[in-house]
Amino acid sequence: MTHRPAIHVAALRKTYGRTVAVDEVSFEVQPGEIFGLIGPNGAGKTTTMECVEGLRAPDRGIISVLGLDPAREARALQARIGVQLQEAQLQKRIKVREAVALWASLYRTPADGDRLIEQLGLGDKRNAWFMTLSGGQKQRLFIALALINDPELVFLDELTTGLDPQARRTIWDLVRGIRQRGKTVLLTTHLMEEAERLCDRVAIIDHGRIVDVGTPAELVRRHCPERTVFVTTDNPAAVERFRSIPQIQSVESNGSHLTIRGVGDDLVTQVIQCLAEHGMRVIDFRSETPTLEDVFLRLTGHTIRD
Amino acid sequence: MLRGLWRLTWLEVKIFVREPLGVLGTVVVPVLVFVVLARMLRPRGEPVPDEMPPVFSSDLPILFSVLIAANAVLSLVTIIAIYREGGILKRLRATPLRPHTILTAHVLVKLLFTAFTLGLLLLAGRQYFPVEADVPVVSFTLALLFSTVSIISLGFLIASVVPTARFAQPVGTLIIYPMLGVSGLFVAVESLPPLLQALARGLPFTYAVSLLRGIWHGAGWSSHVGDVFVLTLLFVVFTALSARFFRWG
Repeated sequence: MTHRPAIHVAALRKTYGRTVAVDEVSFEVQPGEIFGLIGPNGAGKTTTMECVEGLRAPDRGIISVLGLDPAREARALQARIGVQLQEAQLQKRIKVREAVALWASLYRTPADGDRLIEQLGLGDKRNAWFMTLSGGQKQRLFIALALINDPELVFLDELTTGLDPQARRTIWDLVRGIRQRGKTVLLTTHLMEEAERLCDRVAIIDHGRIVDVGTPAELVRRHCPERTVFVTTDNPAAVERFRSIPQIQSVESNGSHLTIRGVGDDLVTQVIQCLAEHGMRVIDFRSETPTLEDVFLRLTGHTIRD
Repeated sequence: MLRGLWRLTWLEVKIFVREPLGVLGTVVVPVLVFVVLARMLRPRGEPVPDEMPPVFSSDLPILFSVLIAANAVLSLVTIIAIYREGGILKRLRATPLRPHTILTAHVLVKLLFTAFTLGLLLLAGRQYFPVEADVPVVSFTLALLFSTVSIISLGFLIASVVPTARFAQPVGTLIIYPMLGVSGLFVAVESLPPLLQALARGLPFTYAVSLLRGIWHGAGWSSHVGDVFVLTLLFVVFTALSARFFRWG
């Protein structure tokens, strides 16, 4: 049985005046996965997402979301998706439970609002005004609103931007919870750590184009296969022994601190085998694997914070 | 089509009341100003001085009614601009709510508070306008409601397009107050220069003032069919235009 993708985007293009925001963007999101669009601010992530949500009309390209055309069947789609928008706000003096009740009244078969408020940890804030909530609480309320119609597909745009690490972790757990309930998630982020920890697959997007798509591990293996192992040992012959391993490209030593560089997943195993074989005494051992951040730098020639 | 309208309206009423300054400006200040002006211009029981222009004597209630309607338009324009600027409209866009549901809810809120303020004004006015205590209150209220809806539709149009709140205030003011100036309230439309006369004929305030003044002074609706027609027409045109040009973000 073939699964229809939850989202299918082909050759999407969107311009604002002379600026090309998104060009030739194509990707598919499978049901039940958390898919991330990652890239720096202004890369075209939000534009892409808003075209998929039906909030913006693309200039060109094919978009199919849950089998619907978001441009022509926006109403039908709205009932089946949940949306959290970047930099959205609510009325300053609206209460948490009032916002949830308002949203619930807009859909035919809403989820249980009170339960959502509890699940998102806003139980003791249900009578608080929106303006008095912390950044993390506001985002949790927006997640509640995105889930109020029990959607099949949830869009989360820069969900944790501006939050402290603690609040960020709480939100990540909540997003994993959304996937556990069998829903599909499309999110955007410029935080590589967030993408790495949360996303099943990511599309790296830069200057309006998708550079590559894959699981975070695949992308690292494909674009940044080099590994680094740091060994601290008092064995004087260590440098020579490591140099005899073929996959190892370089060994630098700084006293007893060795930095071993090479390529491939086996590098760490080989270093450990070499240490064991020669019975070398190891004082410290640490290995470093490139991250999505390194992949981004390699693919685009600049860091994501530029 | 208007799914969520009543809930949103009720919610906006509650939200409005939670901001004491807004209530003060909308309800308390007009009543206070009216009472103070009326006291200064027309001490209790004394007849109207002859040299007083009508706008400060017999037309004073009309002036206040129209000012409150204008205020309703301005605050509608401002609040929609604040919602747009703050990203609230953006968030509402991704729901089944339609632009006109949002605008209508705000209009209903404005009408509610306008009606409340006018009720207070009528109560206060009794003391200063004993002669006209037998004005057709129901008819006048209807005329005022009708005029306000038509004027507010112009507010719809402005509110649909102004990008930010800082922009909304001057734009609203620059459009609304000159409209009042040529409305016939201060100077008879017929005695305006031809160009301004033409302008006045295209603006809802002119017809609103004519209708309100007529009804207040006891004329029947039948003598104001033209005003009612134009106010309805303007309402339809402005509403259609605002639906066409509504900006979410």
